[in-house]
Amino acid sequence: MKKNLIDLTVKEVRKLNASCVLLVMTDDKPLPPCRPGQFAELRVDETPTVMLRRPISIHSYDAASNEIGFLVQVVGDGTRWLASLTEGSKVNVLFPLGNGFTLPVDNSRRLLLVGGGVGSAPLYALAQELRNSGCDFTILIGARSAKDIYRKTEFEALGRVEYTTEDGTLGEKGYVTNHTLLNEKFDYIYTCGPKPMMMAVARYAREKSIPCEASLENRMACGLGACLCCVEDTTSGHRCVCTDGPVFSIDELKW
Amino acid sequence: MVKTDVKIGGLNLKNPVLTASGTFGYGLEFADFVDLEKLGGFIVKGTTLNAREGNPYPRSAETPQGMLNAVGLQNKGVDYFAQNIYPQLKNLDTNVIVNVSGACIEDYVVCAEKVAALDNIPAIELNISCPNVKQGGMAFGVQPKSAAEVVAAVRKAYPKTLIVKLSPNVTDITEIARAVEAAGADSVSLINTLLGMAIDAEKRRPVLSTITGGMSGPAVKPIALRMVWQVAKAVKIPVVGIGGITTGADAVEFLLAGATAIEVGTANFMNPAVTGEIVDYIENYLVRHGMNSIDELIGALEI
Repeated sequence: MKKNLIDLTVKEVRKLNASCVLLVMTDDKPLPPCRPGQFAELRVDETPTVMLRRPISIHSYDAASNEIGFLVQVVGDGTRWLASLTEGSKVNVLFPLGNGFTLPVDNSRRLLLVGGGVGSAPLYALAQELRNSGCDFTILIGARSAKDIYRKTEFEALGRVEYTTEDGTLGEKGYVTNHTLLNEKFDYIYTCGPKPMMMAVARYAREKSIPCEASLENRMACGLGACLCCVEDTTSGHRCVCTDGPVFSIDELKW
Repeated sequence: MVKTDVKIGGLNLKNPVLTASGTFGYGLEFADFVDLEKLGGFIVKGTTLNAREGNPYPRSAETPQGMLNAVGLQNKGVDYFAQNIYPQLKNLDTNVIVNVSGACIEDYVVCAEKVAALDNIPAIELNISCPNVKQGGMAFGVQPKSAAEVVAAVRKAYPKTLIVKLSPNVTDITEIARAVEAAGADSVSLINTLLGMAIDAEKRRPVLSTITGGMSGPAVKPIALRMVWQVAKAVKIPVVGIGGITTGADAVEFLLAGATAIEVGTANFMNPAVTGEIVDYIENYLVRHGMNSIDELIGALEI
């Protein structure tokens, strides 16, 4: 897939809570095709402490409206600048990067999407795609508290969504891997979120012999497979999360 | 048409813009953003005799206007390069240079011999300055005697252009430069990364798995520029300037300080199209300053 370097225009900024915004971007020309699970590297301007681009997963992608969305959680100076953007701002974006999720070959299987906090971001693009192809899928989102669940209405518009929160403010109280939903039978699992959560999901998938893919977010520089900074220690050695991933089958991971 | 070509030993570059090893992959990773044939050449990632897995993650840390890396020469070995990568690069109309590293003199020599057998690789850059491997690497490059020994051994085995990449982690870089010049190097490139460290205060732990790592990026440019200027005065062989070059103006500064060519490194991570932009900038600079040839720019610092 051709990678592009484009100055995208911010079309909409939606503040989701105190530390997270949705940035919807567009361009005069048609956006390049993107697959669910791919990501972009956003250049941070006007911020002397930040030199490297910030890798952000593609949250939503709509060819018809020519829009691409990113969920940005403020964790430092770079994401703070991104979250401060306003309508009409330009952002230099390197995309699409990475492999993306493996899409099912037919819609015979029951799919489970497990997201944690802001890590649920790329599962929205995946759910969009799965819905368009008529797949049978269920989304399970876990977070610390109800306020850390993002894009609830939008996720629910795509299909069945279940929740767990650590404080019990939404859905079942506890962790995703304790949810009663997991008593149902699933044929394939996609997960993205904090590493401890994904490791727990991977353990569950292994116990039940369910194929499972996890999307990683190792610290990254180039995004192009050149610097070798973001490597994950896999069953076939150190591999780049930016180009061999970010999505890996749990069979490849040493978790 | 202004003259932008330069010569490094037996190597003819159509312009002085190269890329720093480890920041440009095998070039192909950047083909969507840069016309590779527009560059004077590119230096592929550090290659060793045998495959290396490199250091454990985490291997990088961002610092203000810079970064630390501790990749540790991850590569699949010179035979893999020759069989799988070289065929994809050999017909490019530019100079593909292999950065060669080793844990002992024997490894450097055998690796260099294997690269010498590849017809369309006109030069190697000998890495005697990697700060991220326990054995070899920087250990050779911080003493004039050991630096000269490894260069002399490779010189005997390698007939094409031999560039030696120097470490800034020394008391007097000109002393090392003179030693490798005397040992037969055709050129010296500098600087490799500066040994640095990052700490996560909240976790009370080092950020890098290796504790220390090599620092690069715009923050190191003044140090690199100073060292290039000192070395260019100290040796007769051409100097290749490296260190924080992020813009065309940065590249011109290194040429003024006496570098015959430059390598763009960390800036490739910030803007993957930057090398092509630097080529254009240099050409425009020459026109803007009424110069007919880049030779009028190299070492033209007025003091």
